Amino acid sequence: MARAVSTQRKALVTVVAWVIGIVIFFPILWTILTSFKTEAEAIASPPSFLFFDWTTENYGEVQARSDYFRHFWNSVIISVGSTVLGLIIAVPAAWAMAFVPGKRTKDVLMWMLSTKMLPPVGVLIPIYLLFRDTGLLDTRIGLVGVLTLINLPIIVWMLYTYFKEIPGEILEACRMDGAMLKEEILYILTPMAVPGIASTLLLNVILAWNEAFWTLNLTAAKAAPLTAFIASYSSPEGLFYAKLSAASTMAIAPILILGWFSQKQLVRGLTFGAVK
Amino acid sequence: MGNITLSKVTKSFGDVQVIPPLDLDIREGEFVVFVGPSGCGKSTLLRLIAGLEDVTSGEIRIDDRNATELPPAKRGLAMVFQSYALYPHMSVRKNIAFPLRMAGLDKAEQDRKVEAAAKVLNLTDYLDRRPGQLSGGQRQRVAIGRAIVREPAAFLFDEPLSNLDAALRVGMRLEISELHERLKTTMIYVTHDQVEAMTMADKIVVLRAGNIEQVGSPLELYHKPRNLFVAGFIGSPKMNLISGAEAAKHDAKHIGIRPEHLKASKESGVWKGRVGVSEHLGSDTFIHVHDTGLAVGEEDMVTVRCDGEMDARHGDTIWLTPDMERLHRFDDKGLRIT
Ligand SMILES: Nc1ncnc2c1ncn2[C@@H]1O[C@H](COP(=O)(O)OP(=O)(O)OP(=O)(O)O)[C@@H](O)[C@H]1O
Ligand SMILES: [Mg+2]
Repeated sequence: MARAVSTQRKALVTVVAWVIGIVIFFPILWTILTSFKTEAEAIASPPSFLFFDWTTENYGEVQARSDYFRHFWNSVIISVGSTVLGLIIAVPAAWAMAFVPGKRTKDVLMWMLSTKMLPPVGVLIPIYLLFRDTGLLDTRIGLVGVLTLINLPIIVWMLYTYFKEIPGEILEACRMDGAMLKEEILYILTPMAVPGIASTLLLNVILAWNEAFWTLNLTAAKAAPLTAFIASYSSPEGLFYAKLSAASTMAIAPILILGWFSQKQLVRGLTFGAVK
Repeated sequence: MGNITLSKVTKSFGDVQVIPPLDLDIREGEFVVFVGPSGCGKSTLLRLIAGLEDVTSGEIRIDDRNATELPPAKRGLAMVFQSYALYPHMSVRKNIAFPLRMAGLDKAEQDRKVEAAAKVLNLTDYLDRRPGQLSGGQRQRVAIGRAIVREPAAFLFDEPLSNLDAALRVGMRLEISELHERLKTTMIYVTHDQVEAMTMADKIVVLRAGNIEQVGSPLELYHKPRNLFVAGFIGSPKMNLISGAEAAKHDAKHIGIRPEHLKASKESGVWKGRVGVSEHLGSDTFIHVHDTGLAVGEEDMVTVRCDGEMDARHGDTIWLTPDMERLHRFDDKGLRIT
């Protein structure tokens, strides 16, 4: 809806947006700043904002004490693996629900979403036991499986809403033009759904990257991703704020960079396609 | 190539029967127009022929081959949709070439046919654009281009011009008629528009609630409507339908007289009335006459068409004289009396 907006109004909206943005970003900024302080400065009161002795010793120490890259690789494999596996299952599922809906399609969709309302801790014990008995504890395969299942409802829902946006007449037109199911999927549906599939992929990589409950509870050392890497700095050795911050910064940096370069796709993904 | 025969075709959505048993014969090269009120099943019938909907029962034959169970891709028909339904991610060239690609033609052959179609449709300059960068009329042309490249057994059109403005509509109407003259391919065309139906069709099929009310050439329908429904539906403005005592004088339950077959006069005539709204189009004038004392339905209004200008003021007294030769008579079942 095009509407003339006065400059005054525009300025106000800009200021409010910046304030909200800074409030939301502040904890991350603080973490990054703290990671460059010494432990003493990190707990100093009142805290110094920018004028402290900048040091990178925390990063060196964190890297020396634990293997960042192993955790990083675990995170990459788990998040990308579970997303790709999820997409392979969800694309045909969403396709069927969007284009050949049955009487119960809506119910199935609701039921899938309802599984996201269950507190994960409610099924922790059974899943833990299953993992223990099948030897999946602390394996990447196990985590890929669990995160696929956890995020599958969201992937299906997102894809379903994207596919729904594709006008049925275009699909009918390609059938009239001689396309059978294979050509229809290959030449018409998939290219038209690519933006939707891309933002679903991005969002789910991020969700899986940040997932902490299952990754913390089902791993020990071998398959532990970056979430476990951060957690290992939080409690047992007392409070080392600066090192904890350095570890956190290292863990969130890849996803921040990914998010920065894919802002447009992400916004579309988060709003379920409502913003074009 | 291009015979289509429907025998005892029915279609139900759930418990609702939209098309009762229906027979229709479309001959090669004919331009057939489906008309009827909104919701009467025109689109459904077209989609049954296309294969986009499955028949509930009955048989559809295309070129003497049973096509009832064939998927749309195998029926050899082309369709132009109301929304154009172009592929948004492909250039105009790729859009038009798509049916050829599906048919497995080689690249050079595809290019040659696309260029030829583009030339006919004045699209040569737009071949590398995306559909989103075209005007409505150009998109419509692309949709037609996509339909003609493949040389289908028949073309199906579902209200293809209804999204265009009036001037463009007239232009495209002529282009489609021209195309039919040149290709001589069977065309089935769904429309709401009286003028499109009358000017383009070889054969008009009038539908009501899925039933065929009458099939005939435009002039047959105009001169000899089979029943009251067709009489009221074909012609614009619509035929004046009169019942009661005036109809009884002509040994009929209802009589009908078209606005163009009434003569208006300020001095004398058969029926007397009072002028309501008059519409001056320059070439002709339509006068809506009230208080005629005739039983003409609820709105109590008779419409008369006068050639050129007619000076009639609101409230003036006016006399009407019907052309007895052109009077239509209908019996108590609404059927035409001959
Ligand atoms: N998929 C469907 N499910 C249920 N009913 C349907 C479906 N498609 C059409 N109908 C019904 O079938 C009837 C005929 O519809 P159709 O679209 O063929 O009408 P139409 O003559 O093309 O109307 P219009 O001139 O408004 O386009 C309507 O009553 C409509 O509600
Ligand atoms: Mg229709």
